[in-house]
Amino acid sequence: MKRLDALNAVYPRLQDRIVVTIMGAVAAELQSIGHKPNFFYLQHAMGLASSMGLGIALSRPDREVIVLDGDGSVLMNLGGLTTLARYRPKNLVHVVFDNESLLSVGGFPTATSTGSDIAGIAAAAGVPRTITVRTIETFTRALDEAIAARDLSLIVAKVEAVGPSAFVTDLGLLENRFQFQRYLAP
Amino acid sequence: MSPVSTASSRVIYDALKACGIRLMSALPETWLVHLIRLAEEDPEMILVRLAKEEEGVGISAGAHLAGVKSAMLMQNHGLLASINGIVSCAQLYRIPLLMLVSYRGEFGERDPWQTEGGGVTEDILRALRIPFVMLEQPDHVAQRIADAQTLALASNKPAALLLRRSLMVEE
Repeated sequence: MKRLDALNAVYPRLQDRIVVTIMGAVAAELQSIGHKPNFFYLQHAMGLASSMGLGIALSRPDREVIVLDGDGSVLMNLGGLTTLARYRPKNLVHVVFDNESLLSVGGFPTATSTGSDIAGIAAAAGVPRTITVRTIETFTRALDEAIAARDLSLIVAKVEAVGPSAFVTDLGLLENRFQFQRYLAP
Repeated sequence: MSPVSTASSRVIYDALKACGIRLMSALPETWLVHLIRLAEEDPEMILVRLAKEEEGVGISAGAHLAGVKSAMLMQNHGLLASINGIVSCAQLYRIPLLMLVSYRGEFGERDPWQTEGGGVTEDILRALRIPFVMLEQPDHVAQRIADAQTLALASNKPAALLLRRSLMVEE
């Protein structure tokens, strides 16, 4: 499965929800499909997208939050999985696109390429719903089930290590930040 | 071990409440135990106990963008552990942070393992261009916390309060 195809498949589910992504390919690809004021792209601070998602989910329990993370970022903040599990926000779905590499800096293999299992780590950390998927159909179904479950869920989507040709987009970081804040807290 | 001041902890907590703080992230450390307990016992406060202090930067960033005022409780070694988050999340995206940092390793420190971090704390804050002020005695706590929050919100940048031994420990 290609991440871009996966994003295209679930885009209708993302449109009206609060979405926080990591930097690099995920951010560029989601913007190529269509930016929305309710999408925030954390273009650095690897590992903290899920922490931002937790902060938003706890602050706004009335809104559904989807975090679009990556294996490299999650591996930088494994402790954050224990914090997520501890507070178990019912309104947060944590998607991890796992391409087993640090694609945007040259494709260096991460530890998921040698067997580390992020869904297994999350389950052991106490995340109540975890699943690993490898096809567009199972990914879309897993996201629908996670949203319907109204409980903290982590979905590892195994994707090919391919991405866009460029990562810089014409959406300014601060433009995105203030637009997102205005949307969330007018 | 000298007791941590419950009275000063209460003064700090009341000052944070007066500033409208509704979410607090914390990683336990000796000087902060009463503050964390006060947050835990307060039904109006969302307390997030962290695995590592840097998570608190992301949580406060999310809370801020969602319209909730937050504060971070950490030891100065937690500040050291949070630097990339501060630079690459809070400063890059102009996020105000209200950081309460226990200032271990200063004059009077008895724990050998705290002594290295004390010597670099203020220089690190200066290098990061984070404005900071000391909390040393109860009578200026409320004003200084309120002023730090005002500056953080006006500048959309972090501001730090260093919690000193004279305030936190009853010797």
